[in-house]
Amino acid sequence: MERLHSPAELEAFRKAVLADRAPDQPCITLCAGSACHACGCNDVAEAVRVELAKQGLADRVHLRLTGCHGFCERGPILVIQPESVCYFQLTAADVPEIIEKTVKAGERVERLLYVDPDSGDPLAREDEIPFYKHQQRIVFGSNGSIDPKSIEDYVAIGGYSALAKALSEMTPEQVLDEVKRANLRGRGGGGFPAGIKWEGTRNAPDPVKYVVVNADEGDPGAYMDRSLLEGNPHAVLEGLILGAYAVGAHEGYVYVRQEYPLAVENVTLAIQKAEELGLLGDDILGSGFSFRVKVHRGAGAFVCGESTALMTALEGRVGEPRPKYIRSNVRGLWNRPTVLNNVETWANVPLIIQNGADWFTRIGTETSSGTKIFSIVGKITNTGLVEVPMGMPLRDIVYKIGGGIPGGKRLKAVQTGGPSGGCLPEHMLDLPVGFDELTQAGSMMGSGGMIVMDEDTCMVDVARYFIEFLTDESCGKCVPCREGLRQMLAVLTRICRGEGRDGDLEILEDLSVVAKEAALCGLGKSAPNPFLSTLRYFRDEYEAHIRENRCPALSCKDLIAFHIDPDRCRACGRCRRKCPAEAISGAKNVIHQIDQDLCTKCGTCLEVCPDRFGAVRKISGEPVPPPLPEDQRTVRARG
Amino acid sequence: MSEVRLQIDGQEVAAPEGATVLEAAQGAGIPIPTLCHHEKLEPFGSCRLCTVEVERGGRKQHVVSCVYPVAEGLTVRTRTPEIERIRRVILELYLAHAPEAPRLKALAEEYGADKDRFDKESSFCIHCGLCVRYCAEVKKKHAVGFINRGTKKEIAFVPDIAARECWKCKECFPLCPTSWLQAAYVLVEGILFPREEQQA
Ligand SMILES: Cc1cc2nc3c(=O)[nH]c(=O)nc-3n(C[C@H](O)[C@H](O)[C@H](O)COP(=O)(O)O)c2cc1C
Ligand code: SF4
Ligand code: SF4
Ligand code: SF4
Ligand code: FES
Repeated sequence: MERLHSPAELEAFRKAVLADRAPDQPCITLCAGSACHACGCNDVAEAVRVELAKQGLADRVHLRLTGCHGFCERGPILVIQPESVCYFQLTAADVPEIIEKTVKAGERVERLLYVDPDSGDPLAREDEIPFYKHQQRIVFGSNGSIDPKSIEDYVAIGGYSALAKALSEMTPEQVLDEVKRANLRGRGGGGFPAGIKWEGTRNAPDPVKYVVVNADEGDPGAYMDRSLLEGNPHAVLEGLILGAYAVGAHEGYVYVRQEYPLAVENVTLAIQKAEELGLLGDDILGSGFSFRVKVHRGAGAFVCGESTALMTALEGRVGEPRPKYIRSNVRGLWNRPTVLNNVETWANVPLIIQNGADWFTRIGTETSSGTKIFSIVGKITNTGLVEVPMGMPLRDIVYKIGGGIPGGKRLKAVQTGGPSGGCLPEHMLDLPVGFDELTQAGSMMGSGGMIVMDEDTCMVDVARYFIEFLTDESCGKCVPCREGLRQMLAVLTRICRGEGRDGDLEILEDLSVVAKEAALCGLGKSAPNPFLSTLRYFRDEYEAHIRENRCPALSCKDLIAFHIDPDRCRACGRCRRKCPAEAISGAKNVIHQIDQDLCTKCGTCLEVCPDRFGAVRKISGEPVPPPLPEDQRTVRARG
Repeated sequence: MSEVRLQIDGQEVAAPEGATVLEAAQGAGIPIPTLCHHEKLEPFGSCRLCTVEVERGGRKQHVVSCVYPVAEGLTVRTRTPEIERIRRVILELYLAHAPEAPRLKALAEEYGADKDRFDKESSFCIHCGLCVRYCAEVKKKHAVGFINRGTKKEIAFVPDIAARECWKCKECFPLCPTSWLQAAYVLVEGILFPREEQQA
C-alpha cells in the first residue's frame, strides 16, 4: 500500500476504492463475529464461495465477511446487498437456493426470512425487522457492512475522514472542545465526561502523555466491546488517534483480554494497515503529528478492567488496584498523564468530529448524549446487541426491540449495569435509560449489560448470585471487599436456604455501607448494589424468606416442595416413571404421592404432569399436606 | 518545602506539602487507628481502618488517610458516627479470623466491635501485608509473599529464600498484628527446612 501524505491523498485513495466497486454489484455480507463463528458461519461462507464459483458468479458477486450484526441469537446471518435481504439461522445447505433464487432471480427464500411474531408476515429487510427498526445504530451500524480486515472497506464508508479533518482544519484544542461540547460520557462504567478527562491530561504539565483503550470487558454476558473491536477496529483506532492529537500523546495502548483472540487479531491487523497507509506512525497525513499504538493482551480478571489495576497490569505488574487520590488522567500509566477510555467511548469520537457536537447532542437526552450499545440477555425473545439513543424507555428496549418475554411469563425485573449494577422492577420500566436516571434508581449504566428476568426469578437469589461472582472476582487487597463480600455471601446463602435470622438485613446493610464507603476500588464500592437494589424494590421477598421460610418466586430449592393434589391426580403414572429420584409412589388407579425425603426438587413431575390434570404443585412457606392413608388412595370416578 | 494548613477535628494543623492526612494527624497528636501502615513502608491502603471524612469545597467524602495527601484548607473529621461504624464493622470482620489478637482486641474495645458478629473462620492472617512489604521493601529479600487472589489469598514463604534468609532475620515477626506470621513460619520451617539443614 502507498503511504498517504495528506488529506487530499486520503480522499483520492477513497475515490479509487469506490471506483473499484460498482455500487449495484450484488454483495453478500455474512456475519463472522464470534457468536456466528460459534454457530457455523465458516461452513456457510465456504458454501457461498463454492456455489458462486459453480454458478460462474465469482467475479460478479462479492462475498464479504463482516463483524457482528447484533442479532446473535439468529445467527449465522446473511444479508444480500443492495436490497438488504436478510436470512437468518442458515446452514451451508441453504446456500445454493439463496444464490439461485435471490442473487440470480431477485426472489426471496421465504422460509429463511424473519417472521414477524405479531402478524406472521415474513420480513425481508433489516429496516423492517422490529429488532433493528427501533435501533439507532450510529456506532455499531457499520459493523455489519464492512470487513474488519480491510482498511479499504473502512475508508470507503468515510473512515479516517474525521482524522483528516482534525489534522488539517482543527487545532488540538478545537478537537478537545468539540468532544467537551458533545458531552460524550464514558461508555465503560461511570459515565465520566470524556472531554473533561482529556482536558486534565492535556493541561497536565508532564510532556509525556498516554492514551489507552480499555477493551478488558470483564462483565459476564456483555460483549459489545468485543464485537465493536472485532467488527470495526479502525473506528476505535481513529478515535484513539483523535484523542492522542487532542491531548498531545504520542503513544497509545489497546488493552484487550486474552480470551478475545479475534479482537486481538483484527485490531493488530488494523494497526499494521493504518501504519502502512500513514494514518499511524510518524507525520500522520503530513500533519507533523506522530502517534504509535501497541496492543497489550491481558489475562481476563474482572478487576483488571478497573482503571488503576489495568494500568498496573500494563506496566507489567500484578493487576491490583492501587489507592489513588490523584486522578489517572494526571498521574496514570508510569505516573504520566493518561487518558483511559472504553472501546465504545473511543468509537464515538470520529462521529463527533465528523458531524459536530451539535449533531451528537441532538441524539439522546439532556445529560446523556448519543447512543448506547446494550447487550440484552436473559428471559427475552430476541437476545443480542442493540444500540439505542439514550433516554429510550426500558420498556421499549425490552418489548419493541427485545420482543418481550417468552413463554407467556410476566416480566419481573431488568438488571442493568453488569454484576455490580442493580435490578429495576416492572413498575419502573418507563424509566428512560440514561446515566443519571439509572443511578438515581439505584442501578447504573455500567458497560451496558442488561439481563431480563421473569416471574420465576427469586430476587434474593439474584443478589446472592452476583455477590458470589464479585466475591470470586475481588482481588482481595482491601478488607471491606474481601471480607465484607465473603460475609455478605454467607448471609445471603443462608437466607436462600431458609436459615435467615433476625438481624440479617442489618448485617447486610452494615456491610454494604462499609464496602461502599471504604473499599479501595470501584469493584468493592459498587459490589453491594445487587443487594441494595433488590432490597429497595423487593424487600418483601427478603422478609418472606427470613420470616416465613417462603420463596415467593418458588425458586429457592431449599424452600420449595412439590406436591401432588390428590383430587386432581388421575394416576396416569407419568411423573412416577420420569422422576429421577424414584420419589413417587402410586400405581394404576392409585393416587400418586411424593416422598418428600427422597425428592430432589428437580421439578420433572411438574413438567410431565399433563396440563389437563395439572396435579403437581410447587409450594413454599406452607407445610406439605400429609400423605393420604392407603385406603383413600384409589382414584374415584369424577363427574 | 512549603507548608499547608488544614483543619483536623476542629484543630488547625500545619503539615509539609506532600504529607498524608495520617502523617499530619499523627504530627498533631490526633490518633487514627491503622493496621496496615508502617512509617518505613510505602502506603498500602488495604485495612481501611484509617478511613476519615474530608471536606473540600463543600463536598464530603470518605478517604483513607494513609494515602490521602494534605491540601490547603482541607477539613478532616476523624471520628464521625459513620466512621465509627466503618471501623467497627471492619474490626468485626477481622475478629472472625483472629479474635484473640491483642491489637484487634484493644481496638474492638474502643469501637464497640462484637467479636462474635460473624462466623469464625480461623485463618489468622489479616492480609495487612506488613510482612510481605517489609521483606520486599526494607530487607529486599522477597522471602514471603501473597499467593492466590480474593478470598483465597494467603501469605506464603518462598521456601528456598526463606530457608536461606529468615532464621537469621525474623524482623517482620513483631510487625504482624496477629502473630500468625510466626506460626506460619514455624510450620513451614518444620516441613520444609529442618533446622540442621539451615545451619549447615
Ligand atoms: C471492577 C471494575 C471493572 C471494570 N471493568 C471495565 C471494563 O471491562 N471495561 C471498561 O471499559 N471499563 C471498566 N471499568 C471502568 C474503568 O475503571 C474506567 O472507568 C473506564 O474504562 C473509563 O473509560 P470510560 O470513561 O470511557 O468509560 C471497570 C471498573 C471497575 C471498578
Ligand atoms: S475493593 Fe475489592 S477488588 Fe478493589 S482493591 Fe479492594 S479487594 Fe481489591
Ligand atoms: S421434583 Fe423431581 S425428584 Fe421431586 S418428585 Fe418431582 S420429579 Fe421426583
Ligand atoms: S502474616 Fe501477619 S503481617 Fe503478614 S500479612 Fe498476615 S497479618 Fe499481616
Ligand atoms: S492504615 Fe490506611 S488503610 Fe490501613
